[in-house]
Amino acid sequence: MYVECDPPLDGVRMLGMILDEHKILDGAHIAPVLRKARSARRVSCERTPVTSGMSTTFTEQTEWMLKVRDARDRAAFAKLFDHFAPRLRGMLMKNGFGAAQADDVIQDVMLSVWRKAHSFNPERANVSGWIFQIARNRQIDVIRKDRRPMPEELAMPESTDIDGEQVLGIEQEAASLHAAIARLNPEQRDLVQKAYLGELTHSEIQAETGLPLGTIKSRIRLGLERLRHELKGER
Amino acid sequence: MTDIAHHIPEALLASYVSGTLAQPFALVVAAHVSICEECRANLAAHEAVGGVLLDAFDPISITSDLRNRVMAGLDDDIPPEPERPRGDDTFPTPVLEALGSKAPKWRSLGPGAKQCILNAGKEGSVRLLHIAPGFAVPDHTHGGLELTLVLQGAFKDETGRFARGDLEVADDTLEHTPVAEEGMPCICLAATDAPLKFSAFVPRLLQPLFRI
Repeated sequence: MYVECDPPLDGVRMLGMILDEHKILDGAHIAPVLRKARSARRVSCERTPVTSGMSTTFTEQTEWMLKVRDARDRAAFAKLFDHFAPRLRGMLMKNGFGAAQADDVIQDVMLSVWRKAHSFNPERANVSGWIFQIARNRQIDVIRKDRRPMPEELAMPESTDIDGEQVLGIEQEAASLHAAIARLNPEQRDLVQKAYLGELTHSEIQAETGLPLGTIKSRIRLGLERLRHELKGER
Repeated sequence: MTDIAHHIPEALLASYVSGTLAQPFALVVAAHVSICEECRANLAAHEAVGGVLLDAFDPISITSDLRNRVMAGLDDDIPPEPERPRGDDTFPTPVLEALGSKAPKWRSLGPGAKQCILNAGKEGSVRLLHIAPGFAVPDHTHGGLELTLVLQGAFKDETGRFARGDLEVADDTLEHTPVAEEGMPCICLAATDAPLKFSAFVPRLLQPLFRI
C-alpha cells in the first residue's frame, strides 16, 4: 500500500528498502579489502584468542588505537590524529561550527581519545564509531548547557587478550555498512547524514530507517556476551 | 536482565546518538541502555553508522599549530574524572546522577501514587513515579510522546505487562490505565514532552499544582 507522507520520510523509507535488499545480499558484499585481510589472517572458524601484538591485519585505525591503549604509543596517536582530525573538521564545519570553535572541539576530542583509550574495546566498537560518539558528546556539551545523560559504562575485562575473529567481524560489519551507505544516491545519503549529525528531530527520524544494522548488532552483542562471561569468571 | 520484552525503538536510539533527543527522553534512553544489553548493542550499532559517516567526510586540513597543541597536551596532568555512582537494584547510574545520588523526595499525587520530579523545562519533564501495589496511575491521555521505564515491580495496562527494564512508548493515540501489580511498589522513570492530561481523578485546574 502506498502511504503518502512528507518527502524526507519517504526518502527514509526508500532507504530502508534499499538497505533491506543489502541485508539479504550481505554475505556477498564483504568489502574486498576485508576479504583480503581475512584470508591473509587465515583465522580458523574457532575463536582463537590472540594478543594485540600478534594482530597485524586489523584496519590501521584499530592497530593505532590498540597501540595507544596498550602501549601509550605517541606515534600511533599522531597517526590517529592525522586521520581523524581533518575528518572531524569536515564534520564540524558541516555542522556549522566556525574554524576556531571547530579547532577547540577537535582538540578536546582528540585529547579524550588519548585519555579514554583504556575504555576502547575493539570487540564492541570500531574506532571511528567510538570517536564519533566522543565527538557528538563534546558537540552537545558545546551547543547545549546540560550534559547528555550517559548509560553506565561496562567494566573492562582485566586481560587485554583479543578475540581476533570478533574484532575482524566488527570491522567487516562497519565496512559493509560503509559500502551500503556509499551505494545510496546523494539525496538518500544526505538524509542519513542529517539524521546522525543532529539535523533531524526525533519525529523526523520517526519512520523506520531500516538501516542494515541487524548484522552489526549481533556482532556487538557477541562482544558484550564474551565480556559478561569473562567478568563472571573472574568473580 | 535478560527478560526485558519492551525495548527502545530505533528512531529514538538514532536520535539519542545524534544528540537531538530532548533531555528528559535522553535520560530514559540512558537508563534503559544501562540495564539492557540488547539496546546497548543497538546503540553501539547506531554509533557505528556515525563512525562510517565521520570516516567518509572529506578531510579539511588542520593547522600545525593545532596539531602541536594536541601533541603537547598528551603530557598534561589531568585530574581523574569523578567516579560515577554504580547503579543499584532499582536506580541505574544516570538516574542516580539525576538524583544527585540522594534518595528521591517523594510528593503525593493522591491515593497510592507519589512522584519525584527530576527535571522539568522547555523540552518536557522527567520524573520518578511510585505506585503502590494494586493502585492505578490515574487514567490519562498524552499530548505528546511519553516514555515510561519500569525500574522496580511491574504494571499492566491495555497494551501489556511491563516489568523492570521494560519501556512503554505512548503517544496521543493511547489512552491507558496502568495498574501496579501486587507485590512490590512499582517505580517508574517517566518522561514526557507535554503535560499529561488526566481524564479523571485530578481536575485539569489542579494540574499546574501537581506539575503533571
